[in-house]
Amino acid sequence: MIAESMYQELILEHYKHPQGRGLRDPYDAEVHHVNPTCGDEVTLRVKLGDGGKVLDVSYDGQGCSISQAAASVLYELATGSTVEESLSVVDEFTRLMQGRGQVEADEDVLGDAVAFAGVAKFPARVKCALLSWMAYKDAVLRSQV
Amino acid sequence: MSVPSFDVERIRKDFPILSRELPGGRPLVYLDSGNSSQKPNQVIDAMRDHLAQHYSNVGRALHALGSESTEAYEAARDKIGQFIGAPSRDEVIFTKNASEAINLVAYAFGNPVNTDDRFRVGPGDEIVITEMEHHSNIVPWQLLAQRTGATLRWFSVTDQGRLSLDNLDELVNERTKIVSIAHQSNVLGTVNSISPILDRVREVGALMMVDASQSVPHRPVDVADLDVDFVAFTGHKMAGPSGIGVLWGRRELLEAMPPFLGGGEMIEAVWMDHSTYAPVPHKFEAGTPPIVEAVGLGAAVDYLTSIGMDAIKQHERELTGYALDALGEIPGLRIIGPRTVIARGGTVSFTLEGIHPHDVGQILDDVFGVAVRVGHHCARPLHLRFGIPATTRASFYLYNTTAEIDALVRGLHHVQKVFG
Repeated sequence: MIAESMYQELILEHYKHPQGRGLRDPYDAEVHHVNPTCGDEVTLRVKLGDGGKVLDVSYDGQGCSISQAAASVLYELATGSTVEESLSVVDEFTRLMQGRGQVEADEDVLGDAVAFAGVAKFPARVKCALLSWMAYKDAVLRSQV
Repeated sequence: MSVPSFDVERIRKDFPILSRELPGGRPLVYLDSGNSSQKPNQVIDAMRDHLAQHYSNVGRALHALGSESTEAYEAARDKIGQFIGAPSRDEVIFTKNASEAINLVAYAFGNPVNTDDRFRVGPGDEIVITEMEHHSNIVPWQLLAQRTGATLRWFSVTDQGRLSLDNLDELVNERTKIVSIAHQSNVLGTVNSISPILDRVREVGALMMVDASQSVPHRPVDVADLDVDFVAFTGHKMAGPSGIGVLWGRRELLEAMPPFLGGGEMIEAVWMDHSTYAPVPHKFEAGTPPIVEAVGLGAAVDYLTSIGMDAIKQHERELTGYALDALGEIPGLRIIGPRTVIARGGTVSFTLEGIHPHDVGQILDDVFGVAVRVGHHCARPLHLRFGIPATTRASFYLYNTTAEIDALVRGLHHVQKVFG
């Protein structure tokens, strides 16, 4: 019953009640990422403000509970923080997800995203968790050029 | 025709993997045979015996092992030829898989070295497939269209998961060079009627190929009865090993076609600037072939024949009817494909309202040991047609039981509890 531990209450809550979902204007960059193995997809927009402030992250897409909950958690963590802060969270989250379950997560950096630690034990699902986070990183880079 | 009695418990004993336990003491409930089937001892033993006692390269070694290995390899061809009713054993070509078999045929079209008019393809010519194809019967034809400037067209699929033949006469016309369709859908389970399409194909002078990857393992298929020009299928879905597939083609067409891969064993004579080729089937079998895999597939065909393909078909029909009834009672479950057992095989795909198939598959596997396939099953266009990103698919074979379908249904109720 390892998988049940993957589906933390926090993940299921975010899945059933996604935060910040829906595409909004205005935005600086929009990206569309897909996971070719399962067909999950996300369209994501970022709006940045003065001093590298992340004013809004809006998204829409389809996918499993892991991918949808990860997008919702990303929205909560990134909106209101700075580009620099949020990208360091993305890096820590990526390290955790790619750690095959061997990596100790830094809870101070990750906040709620630490609930995804169990996903790292399922290689087939790591891409689900990372989909919107990689899209966010891509969108931020594009909006800065 | 009388159907021999079918003892599924005895059959299960032939497949050692079915009695293994998964981590945590879960029993294995394998409902993913449409993806790849499990192997009986008869196949495992035949392959082990060949490796242990007879192995050597084929066709070129003069020593005792060389001739034993060649004999076993060619005997497998005989068995497979008989199994599918091939008029000649030389029409059975071993490939790596069904994808290679289809690519081999597609490569013969619009190929400058092939001057046979039936294979000439250029701008204005048309290739016809269907919306329910596996990617392996889509992409090779897309590549052919791109190469030659020909137009790729397709039959659409009805809401019930049947092929729509309404525009058959328009779709298959004088510009059509080849029609390639699945015998049985790997998602819908639909078994397509070949003859109405074939009649039209013959009328316009085109060629016809059937992707029988999902039918040959599950029902009697006789290529002479089908009467099409090419049939492709794969070993690993029919109790045989992976790494071997089969192309059957009409001898006269195979002889007209250019080699697909060049290399050892496919030649007659080689000079520095040109070569002549071996007769079929070897013209299409460049390099050292999958020898042990061929032996294994021969053993698989013997095994399936000993059970009886009619009996297997009947058993799967009962399982399918049972599954359609049981799944139909689950609230929020939508079956993608025919809801009756008529002209349908034992592949049942479905969606659960509000729950992504990946989540369904993960819970089924991890809590109940139920192995199903989730995703688009290499048939993305078909999923787009139904407006869904993915489905959960249960697919049955001779060794499955109604108790396993009960386990699936229990698992789905639990999934709904977790995500409800």
